[in-house]
Amino acid sequence: MMEFTVPQWSLAMPEIFLLCAVCFIVLADVFLPKTYRILTYILTQAALVGAFVLALSQYNQSASPIETFSGHYILDRLAVLSKLFIYVFSAFAFAYAREYIAARKIARSEYYLLGLFAVLGMSVLVSAYSFLTIFLGLELLSLALYAMVAMNKESAIAAEAAMKFFVLGSLATGILLYGISLLYGVTGDVQINAVAKVLQNRHDIVPVIALIFILSGIVFKFGAVPFHMWVPDVYQGSATPTTLFIASAPKVAAFAMTMRILVQAMPSLHVDWSHILIVISILSMFFGNVLAIAQTNLKRLLAYSSIAHIGYTLLGLIAGPYSTLGYSAAMFYISTYVLVAAGAFAIITIMGRDGIEFDNLEDYRGLNARNPWLAFMMLLLLFSMAGVPPTVGFLAKLGLLEALVQANLVWLAVLALLFALIGAYYYLRVVMYMYFEEPLEGTASLPVRMSSGMLVAVSINGASALLLGLAPSFFIDLCRISVG
Amino acid sequence: MLTNLPILSALIWLPLLGAVLVLLTGGDKHANTARGIAVAVTIISLLLCVPLYLGFDASSYEMQFIEDHLWINAYKIHYALGVDGISLVMIILTNFTGLLVVIAGCHSVNVRVSQYMAAFLTMQGMIVGVFCAMDAILFYIFWEGMLIPMYLSIGMWGSANRSYASIKFFLFTFLGSILMLVALIYLYNQTGSFMIQDYYGLPLSFKVQAWIFLAFLLSFAVKVPMWPVHTWLPDAHTEAPSGGSVVLAALMLKLGIYGFLRFSMPIAPLACSEFAWVMIVLSLIAIVYIGLIAIMQSDMKKLIAYSSIAHMGFATLGCFMVYDIVRHMASLQDAYMSLEGAVIQMVSHAFGSGAMFLGVGLLAERFYNHSRLIKDYGGVANSMPIFAAFFMLFAMSNVGLPGTAGFVGEFMIIMSAFQAHFFVALFAALTLILSASYTLWMYKRVFFGPVANEYVANFKDIGWVEITNYVLLAIGVFFVGLYPEPIIKVLHVTISHLLLQSIPPEFALNPAPVFFA
Repeated sequence: MMEFTVPQWSLAMPEIFLLCAVCFIVLADVFLPKTYRILTYILTQAALVGAFVLALSQYNQSASPIETFSGHYILDRLAVLSKLFIYVFSAFAFAYAREYIAARKIARSEYYLLGLFAVLGMSVLVSAYSFLTIFLGLELLSLALYAMVAMNKESAIAAEAAMKFFVLGSLATGILLYGISLLYGVTGDVQINAVAKVLQNRHDIVPVIALIFILSGIVFKFGAVPFHMWVPDVYQGSATPTTLFIASAPKVAAFAMTMRILVQAMPSLHVDWSHILIVISILSMFFGNVLAIAQTNLKRLLAYSSIAHIGYTLLGLIAGPYSTLGYSAAMFYISTYVLVAAGAFAIITIMGRDGIEFDNLEDYRGLNARNPWLAFMMLLLLFSMAGVPPTVGFLAKLGLLEALVQANLVWLAVLALLFALIGAYYYLRVVMYMYFEEPLEGTASLPVRMSSGMLVAVSINGASALLLGLAPSFFIDLCRISVG
Repeated sequence: MLTNLPILSALIWLPLLGAVLVLLTGGDKHANTARGIAVAVTIISLLLCVPLYLGFDASSYEMQFIEDHLWINAYKIHYALGVDGISLVMIILTNFTGLLVVIAGCHSVNVRVSQYMAAFLTMQGMIVGVFCAMDAILFYIFWEGMLIPMYLSIGMWGSANRSYASIKFFLFTFLGSILMLVALIYLYNQTGSFMIQDYYGLPLSFKVQAWIFLAFLLSFAVKVPMWPVHTWLPDAHTEAPSGGSVVLAALMLKLGIYGFLRFSMPIAPLACSEFAWVMIVLSLIAIVYIGLIAIMQSDMKKLIAYSSIAHMGFATLGCFMVYDIVRHMASLQDAYMSLEGAVIQMVSHAFGSGAMFLGVGLLAERFYNHSRLIKDYGGVANSMPIFAAFFMLFAMSNVGLPGTAGFVGEFMIIMSAFQAHFFVALFAALTLILSASYTLWMYKRVFFGPVANEYVANFKDIGWVEITNYVLLAIGVFFVGLYPEPIIKVLHVTISHLLLQSIPPEFALNPAPVFFA
């Protein structure tokens, strides 16, 4: 018979707070008159700040992992730092979204509420220490995201994107669940620790099959080849701030989930999963970078580039078991990439005006002549994605390469860099449009309108691509602490 | 003490700071402020080189003016700067060229002035960074980071086909650097350090050395550029604004040679000596074959670009003949001369080709459609006598006339090559004929003869700003050509030490003289 212990509620404070905040905001929103709807936004950001502070206050406590809720929930450095990143990136995403959805008359308060539910889902996900909790968090996140994509009711391609996202996402969830049930059949447990212990003594094929199913689910959530088909459509079809949101915080959460499942639950299968990941990573880098070349829509281009960047992140996981800094390099890579990608999507958001998206490459012609500062920020972000020093993208790649060389995978390092060369081409093409071409006729005199808040936010985003490249130590150390 | 001041940091960060300031002046409304700041910054930078030179102890091969701070703890990357004789000379050259380019830009650039000046100041700071970085990753960061402003300057102020040229330039050099990065990380894995000095004298097996040599080779060969990876250079040179061409020719190409001296030769001496013949053959192809191509060019900038490749072939020849000379002669004296010739060739080529690129830029600027085709000109000497006289001097330096800068390096390299290999020297000496043909033939067609058309007839001769630039360059040409002692003095000990590091030990111990036993 199982002993019942009272869970340590205080460990889950950020999640509990977020849940209460969401409920409160739902109610408040119902009773607020329309003119005070801005309060919904302010409360949402306040909820994120509150959650951030709560998570930060747990930082010292998390030095040694603490399990609670019968081992289904864990508080450790990975959880705390991932949560911090998630809250910050989400706050950025909501800030960028405010004016955009106001201009397009997208149901405003629902947008933030769904967003908060997604944040709650991510929070649960990164703190999950059993497959059940992982599934709970993942579904909460996914359902909220499906709805957010579908919210842009006016747009046909948004509806298509939402449909695709939902159907494929459900399929992936099913596959993941199937893998989890297989694993439960093998181990008789869903708790990460317990699963890891049992798997140590199993050397048959069944756990490997379970691993393959689970990996398929993970790869889908990451949006890596061969489960990448939804990425370009969803990125292009969603309202740009939604794209920004999907492209940022959930990637960090997905990374934490991958760490839990692969590294913590299945360390004994590391030969299998790292071999599978090598294939996935090479395919992602290849297809992501090559297909991006042909794109004329910037959102779609960045979607393919995100596939490639996930491929790079996986390199760190591949090298992880064989080197000292593989995991931390991957964490550094994904969090800096997310920062940079958020900045790029923010600029696309800013470029849109009067309810019309300006997301074709052509629209960026002569941006330098129209708004040199915005063009310069985009330049920094793009060069960071391309991995050119002195931006942070270079240091992120450097960490991965070091891990790969340490793991005796020099060939993979060379291959990754060759793909980076292909990548550089299409980033340079965007720069070429912005700097070398004259503005399209009719747009030359149009100033790029943006509020000062947006300007500050995007400047922080862009400048951090450079500043983190010059002074990355703190950030790298954080990532090392979080994944060891 | 002078050596305790962070002069090197100042030389890197002052131009970068200047770039930020210049950008802050905004659009073209305050173009003159931007120009003023840029000129002031480059002059101060050049003046800062004076204490650098005076404080340099020429009797030591050790790195000097060292600044060393741990920068990124997790990867053990240091912000470590220092100079030896070779980097000292190159840093002074960089600041000198930077000043010239900015002055020339004041005159010839009228759109997006602040961004232009910022791009070139950034480049100047970063090139200085490459020359004094003691940490491999810091080196790499400057080495790659420099591509961004260069890419922008070709693309933004270049001529018609600029987009193609700029992307080609970027991708070629990026491709080259990739393997170097992997090699550096490999070396880090072996030593646990990114400091370049820790890689010297590392007991690496021949196989590993060969891989490292090849990885570096691709990177540096693209930069030099050596045949057959030179194809980006004519495009980049032709399309770049004349300031960009000058920086490319005078400084960026030298980075490749500098890389050979700083990385390939001391880190992988066995591989270098084993593959020296490949390098010698490639250098001779550059000298002879590219020289022939240069004769056939109809575009002046392309012609000078090809002549640059040929002259850089001399520098690589000088570097790698060292192994052949030591093998045949067992004499370090001649090897020393060859290596020193290579370094001097780097300096002299900067003056000669830089000046010629500026000159062609001047001509094109005056022509109504900015044509650079030789056939559009003729009789320029009639309307621009002062300019023609200056250009003659630089053409002569390009040819290698005794008394000018171009002569010294080539002569030293050919002389020492004769000691080891008659045929190598013979082919190298062909350059004297080839460079004379393409340079002087171009000079004749452009400057002499009847005045080609009314545009040429109405050309205004150069003004005082341009004359200042040319006088500075002429001083450089004569200085290296007639009295190179101040340069040789600081190079001497450094090069001797480099030579000892770069010769595999069994060579010096068991001399195997073949021809002159």
